[in-house]
Amino acid sequence: MSPALREKLVQGITALLLLTVPLWVGYVGGYTDLASRVLIYALAAMGLNLLLGFTGGLSFGHAAYFGLGAYGTGLMLDYVTGNTLLALAVGTLTGGLAALILAPIAVRRRGIYFSMITIAIGQMFYFIAVRWNSFTGGEDGLTGFTRQPILGVTLSGTVFYYMVLLFFGLGALLLWTILHSPLGHTFVAIRENQKRLTFLGIRVERYIALSFAISGVVCALAGGLNALLDNFASPDDLRYTLSGNFLIIVVLGGMRNFWGPLVGAAIFVLVQNYVSAITQNWMTVIGLVFVLSVMFFPLGVLGFFRRRSRS
Amino acid sequence: MLLDIVFNAFNGLIQGSFYALMAIGLSLILGLNGVINFAHGTFMALAGYFAFTLVPYTGFWGALVLGPILAGAIGYIVEQLIIRRLYLRDPLYSLLATFGLALIMQDLLRTIWGAQGLPLAIPDFLNQPVSNTYFFVTGYRLLVVALAVISTGALFATLRFTRLGVRIRAGNADLETIAALGVNIYLLRSANFVLGIMFAGLAGILAAGQLGLTPTMGDQLIMPSFVAIVVGGVGSLFGSLVGGLIIGIASGVTTAFFPAASEVVIYLIMGLTLIIRPRGLFGQEGLFE
Repeated sequence: MSPALREKLVQGITALLLLTVPLWVGYVGGYTDLASRVLIYALAAMGLNLLLGFTGGLSFGHAAYFGLGAYGTGLMLDYVTGNTLLALAVGTLTGGLAALILAPIAVRRRGIYFSMITIAIGQMFYFIAVRWNSFTGGEDGLTGFTRQPILGVTLSGTVFYYMVLLFFGLGALLLWTILHSPLGHTFVAIRENQKRLTFLGIRVERYIALSFAISGVVCALAGGLNALLDNFASPDDLRYTLSGNFLIIVVLGGMRNFWGPLVGAAIFVLVQNYVSAITQNWMTVIGLVFVLSVMFFPLGVLGFFRRRSRS
Repeated sequence: MLLDIVFNAFNGLIQGSFYALMAIGLSLILGLNGVINFAHGTFMALAGYFAFTLVPYTGFWGALVLGPILAGAIGYIVEQLIIRRLYLRDPLYSLLATFGLALIMQDLLRTIWGAQGLPLAIPDFLNQPVSNTYFFVTGYRLLVVALAVISTGALFATLRFTRLGVRIRAGNADLETIAALGVNIYLLRSANFVLGIMFAGLAGILAAGQLGLTPTMGDQLIMPSFVAIVVGGVGSLFGSLVGGLIIGIASGVTTAFFPAASEVVIYLIMGLTLIIRPRGLFGQEGLFE
């Protein structure tokens, strides 16, 4: 079988599996909301991967945009509108706008320094959410909203799963289109050789900032969906711990690979869900996932298999 | 009102001393090892818990000396097992590895010593206020500031006047060249990592005496320490010291006027620094890029 054909086959099977999740997920010990969570985290991680894997910007603060999307969506439903889609749109734009404004500040520095700045910016939003009690619900998180029917259709777990799948598809399509456009090639070129692009007269900072902003929008969309899934927005949605989780999801799946984050998210969410159900020491297990995957599988699951199939 | 401001500024100075000690350790490790040590906060807590266990046997002063050394020993093991394998890779990997390490260590702290807060007993005479007007100036708080100054001074003297210090500084400037000149850079990096952890350990024990011990105590201190490094300027230990004190005091003074913003102000200072002077107060242009 030729590699191209095999790729098509794998993609077809994956799409079929995703479309039929509510039919079989119960038989393998899962539930539909868990599948929605996998897709939401995968979407956020794919957004992050545009910056991390394809532009080479190591952000440790993308939970901030995820969380802003969640809070934006929740606050809209709490205070302004009963329209779920409008709330989601506003949430997504809130997170995206924050990323757009903060990106130029963050890209003033590169490398490790860039990571530290992104962490710190993220933590700022965390503290705002925790301290602004009357507006955000403080440490207890934002409650009081539920996802409202869209055009008369009640968003039950199954219907909502398909809504998440739709947005996941749209997000993936957006990222795919960008990566196969001249803009996407510029991003990859920056990752490969930033100096050279600077010499060619390309304003590298602007492109990194743009990549930052786009990935922020996608994360915010995922965050909004997450708030709708739980009917709840938590300060933990903004915290650096979640940024770390997104990063390990990307690395676990394989960060040079477009679909890597989907595989990583499936592994991460399932492991976390399973382990936290059976032991109190689940943090140790998750920590070991971090340490061991970094040390022994730096290319991630897809990278690992891809390399084996080539050799 | 004035007393109120002085009170909060002094609180901020104490807090800033913890930030500064943490930031100096982080900065050392960031410089020579090229690693953002996310586990720094848990190493800090670890030293605090070691001190807690040691106090009945060695007294407070013995624990203050032994705690950082034991934490440094654990740091050495961690460096040998995990960190040193990642030096040649993208910073992403060491970042994620230390992040995972922090989760594991925090979980172990909770399992061994429990999730509830524990007090670290300090000698009675240190609890006495130094004067009646300035009731908040206790002997212990003066000790915190004094030890922060002394340990930083000792570090600067070490870097300036000893062979190890010269090598660390040279390694920061150009690691490849000193390797070519015959310095064992793996050994040097191990020593440097341990030194950084010992600073975290000192901060941990001092903070435990002031704030008590919880497994997550490092979480509240590590982020401001990152900010301290950014504000002070990456690559400058003196900058980390000054940055830590500045954000500590700024946060303290803000508490006097607008308590809810006491944490956010730290990040605003960072944002302002990045806009006005991206390299930080004492940073060099173009380092780590």
